[in-house]
Amino acid sequence: MRKDSNKSGLGLIRSLALAPYSVWALLFIVVPLIFVAYYAFTDNNYQFTTENLTRFFTATSQVSSGEATREVRTYLLIFVRSLKLAVISTAICLLMGYPFALMISRASAKTQGVLITLIMIPMWMNFLIRTYAWMTILQDTGILNGLLGALHLGKIHIIGTESAVVIGMVYDYFPYMILPIYSVMAKMDVKLIEAARDLGCSGAGVLRRVIWPLSLPGVISGVEMVLIPSISTFYISQKLGNGKFYLIGDAIESQYVANNLHFAAAIAFILMLVLLVGMALLQRMANKRAMA
Amino acid sequence: MKTASKIYTGLVMLFLFAPIAILLVFSFNGAKSLSVFSGFSLHWYEELFRDSETLGAVKNTLILAVSAALISTVMGTAAAVGIHRLRNRYLRLALDTATNIPMINPDIITGISLMLMFVFVGRLFGAATSLNFGTMLIAHVTFCLPYVILQVLPKLQQMDQALPEAAMDLGCTPLRAFLKVEIPEIFPGVLTGLIMAFTLSLDDFVISYFTSGNGFQTLPIRIYNMTKKTVTPKMYALATIIFFVILAMLLLSNLLDANTAQTVKEAKEKKKARK
Repeated sequence: MRKDSNKSGLGLIRSLALAPYSVWALLFIVVPLIFVAYYAFTDNNYQFTTENLTRFFTATSQVSSGEATREVRTYLLIFVRSLKLAVISTAICLLMGYPFALMISRASAKTQGVLITLIMIPMWMNFLIRTYAWMTILQDTGILNGLLGALHLGKIHIIGTESAVVIGMVYDYFPYMILPIYSVMAKMDVKLIEAARDLGCSGAGVLRRVIWPLSLPGVISGVEMVLIPSISTFYISQKLGNGKFYLIGDAIESQYVANNLHFAAAIAFILMLVLLVGMALLQRMANKRAMA
Repeated sequence: MKTASKIYTGLVMLFLFAPIAILLVFSFNGAKSLSVFSGFSLHWYEELFRDSETLGAVKNTLILAVSAALISTVMGTAAAVGIHRLRNRYLRLALDTATNIPMINPDIITGISLMLMFVFVGRLFGAATSLNFGTMLIAHVTFCLPYVILQVLPKLQQMDQALPEAAMDLGCTPLRAFLKVEIPEIFPGVLTGLIMAFTLSLDDFVISYFTSGNGFQTLPIRIYNMTKKTVTPKMYALATIIFFVILAMLLLSNLLDANTAQTVKEAKEKKKARK
């Protein structure tokens, strides 16, 4: 008898332990997301409207390139630009990071520890500082141009261009690509690779047929961890893009600063939906690949 | 390692550390220039330590990070204990989904969503400004919680499930069994969660930016405000100090890890020898 009451006592403790978090998650994780939708679909007087969303898709502005001026859809253009820069940065991180993660996972245990620690050190520096460091390098009067000047190679103008923003994104989020891929590779069974070799698989074949499929979960989480902060950043584009062109994060931030909370919510709402669909597709693609 | 690998490693490390090295070097620059080094000086460090706004921000950051880490660790550990034994499938799915949201969502959305709610609730109560230390603390606890839970849950799964029951069979009360048996078993996960929560809170800029009031400035927000205008190398001095604090912390934790690994190894060897 006593045992039974004791067990239900333990059960009670466990339910009680869960209660504060359940309430917290509901109040501060779920409800705020409902507020994003609520603000997106209301006007300043909290009356229902679809105007914020319509504005996102239809607002236009003039872009002059040389002589010609053309009219563009402001926010659609910003969205496409954000997506483009984020995808390019993610691809560069993957191309640079995948071989590096593979190399680390093949090194001795001690070297692995040292290299992983080295990769994590810049991650621990605040990303504002990391981004700012690149601003001082890439400025017209910065270190890169100083170096080029000293070598009599002329000067390049890179700050304020999309390339500068991509450099910043790659630098800031590169470790987030390496770490998940490495952790999957480190757990990989070496015997599988040896078996493939013994059965006559070439080096490239092993990479394509054994290592790559097995490392896919790491690649997916690496891609997510670079793509999501890249697409939603506003500091990198402010500093390295000189605020000359907006990304979707800048659009949200500037509406927040201007106290247009309803339109800011609408942009955030659309970004959230796109990311949700995108991540679901990515996950599905990976599942299909893994099955095949 | 092959030569090609070594060269590639070298290039990656150059890419990762050159920008930081430049900050370190120019923090000791005598002049204000960021591209010409004109002699060693500690001038910018003196400036930094005279900057009461930055020092205040450091203090604020520490207060916030310690509070957020403690609250999220206690609540997150308790939550993990509850989630671990949760039998209701739907409740479990709902909680897992909620826990994943702050980790998947971009920071800007987490920040905006909390800010909108705070503003709305503040308006209901007719408050002039609804963002303050409290709202920031709520935001920080919210984004730290999932990381704590994810650190503690695996430890609960690794634990021998019969242990707390065995303790109770031997006369422990449920609470005592929980405190004396379960907690020590999962303690390493709790500690990692605490450290993670602390560093996440320390480092956060985006969510803080949207949920902070005017009066409460953390270090990342201070850095943001400093880099809005033309920056003096004072910020480089700050970056250098942060870098060395991080380096010291990492080395220390590696040393501690190696130490515990060593003690565990020795204990195991002793056990073997006894047999």
